[in-house]
Amino acid sequence: MTPIASIEQLDESYDLLVVGAGPAGLSAAARAAELGLSILLADENPAPGGQIYRAVTTTPVKNRAILGEDYWRGADIVARFERSKAVYAPRCTVWSIGPDETAPGAFELGLSLDGKARIIGAKQVILATGAQERPFPIPGWTLPGVMTAGAAQIALKSAGAIPSGRTVIAGCGPLLYLLAGQLAAAGCQIAAVLDTTPSANRSKALGAIPDFLRSPYLAKGLKLMLTARRKLRFVSGVTSLTATGEGKLASVQFEQNGRTGTLACDTLLLHQGVIPSVNFSNAAGCAHDFDTEQHAWVPRVDAWFGSTVPGIAIAGDGAGIGGAESAALRGEIAAFGAASRLGKLNEAERDRQATPVRAELDKKLRGRRFLDLLYKPAPQFLAPPRDETIVCRCEEVTAGQIRDAAKRLGVTGPNQMKAFLRCGMGPCQGRLCGPTVVELIAETRGTTPAETGYYRLRPPIKPVTLAELAALPQTEASVKAVIR
Amino acid sequence: MFRPIADLAASGALSFTFDGRPMTARAGDTVAAALLVNGITACRETPVSDTPRAPYCLMGVCFDCLVVIDGIGNRQGCLVPLAEGMRIETQHGRRHLTEASE
Repeated sequence: MTPIASIEQLDESYDLLVVGAGPAGLSAAARAAELGLSILLADENPAPGGQIYRAVTTTPVKNRAILGEDYWRGADIVARFERSKAVYAPRCTVWSIGPDETAPGAFELGLSLDGKARIIGAKQVILATGAQERPFPIPGWTLPGVMTAGAAQIALKSAGAIPSGRTVIAGCGPLLYLLAGQLAAAGCQIAAVLDTTPSANRSKALGAIPDFLRSPYLAKGLKLMLTARRKLRFVSGVTSLTATGEGKLASVQFEQNGRTGTLACDTLLLHQGVIPSVNFSNAAGCAHDFDTEQHAWVPRVDAWFGSTVPGIAIAGDGAGIGGAESAALRGEIAAFGAASRLGKLNEAERDRQATPVRAELDKKLRGRRFLDLLYKPAPQFLAPPRDETIVCRCEEVTAGQIRDAAKRLGVTGPNQMKAFLRCGMGPCQGRLCGPTVVELIAETRGTTPAETGYYRLRPPIKPVTLAELAALPQTEASVKAVIR
Repeated sequence: MFRPIADLAASGALSFTFDGRPMTARAGDTVAAALLVNGITACRETPVSDTPRAPYCLMGVCFDCLVVIDGIGNRQGCLVPLAEGMRIETQHGRRHLTEASE
């Protein structure tokens, strides 16, 4: 692996550009490099690992018991990537993708590093941009002191830092219990875990139990749950959450079985599961479908994780949540597909090499459905019932405003909603409001998220300065397009 | 807000300022992490209502950790590694053009 520190060091083009250095991106890049492709892997973060293996080569946390053995497994994935011939651009943001007009079937991508941008060519692209936490809008979630559970985990992994005061963890999903255990092991003062898993989910998940019993999740999940429950105050069946404070968080109110409780706290960590991060694939024009079991928009992919745009594959949790170990395997399969499309691997060889990886992937995904059904968020956490709840954190648009526009103005979809209320038009580009806006429109109009649709996103998918754009070299065609 | 875990020396290797106040943090921390371990409650005020905000996701998604770094506004603190002598300031509302960014 060749790390690059400045954008000038990049070549004009690569066989394959991989976006994201989590397990899927690292495995895809390593495998494709082993198959003889020229690879650029670009990633926003300063070190490889993505979020799940965040800072696995640089973490200051030396006591391995705190983060757990599953985390340290990421070191092998990084090590394999480091042995490969891939070029690695850390701290590098990929902000656009489009067809290369001089080379049919190939792409041009906009990249920025240290405030300098370049357009880089690629014959094939693998998006391994992973997952983000599902937006969890409750009244007061914009107060300083309220963060995502993932944020606390990132602070622990990358900076060896934990919340210093009374901490409340609220929501549901495997990461919630994992984080509770990790923070407790690291010495954090956890006042309570407020579990919002709807009790009705248990019966719905029953049918998926046989697979779950044979899955690797079982032992892992039980251990997490037991550790967290044994050590911590657990409040289950929580149906409502409100964060309050003046200028910063002071307490969290909750309801359980119709009773209310209040906990004074300094940090509130929210988590309602993870969803594919679709901003890039959406902006690239890939088709997405609404997965009702994962309750999220998921890009439509083929057996090689190819999207509906030929030449763009989507590997890892970005193509539907499957977890870290399956992400690495999906990266491998996407790499076989890309190598085959580039003629570096014939189809028979591609299929032969991918067969054991697919078998392993099936094993890793077994039991996932049980988790999806068990931890499906309660409706009131998807579409906040209280009108004053901020939905779009950037433009400070409330649930009440969105309901009102859907009802009185007859707004039918999220793109029209943007025009009326500016939701999704701030710097996060809808990442923290999109799913909620869709949910509120569907609820108000009596339709489904699938019928409501999602934001139509466009590049640049991350903010880029005019100075960076202006400094890009101009082609003859681009000059002709604006000068007459 | 945040503190280093027990087995980590709390010594600061890098010096920086936040709104003119001298601070230190571990080399390897991002700007957002450095502010959190220095007890900074809020790092920006929103353009819409001037309300204080703090880092929320720490993974480049939410844009609530926006700060001014060495005179350049709207930088995502969670993606920028801390460097010696950095001048970090609260992002008040929208980004304003300064000499450094013109």
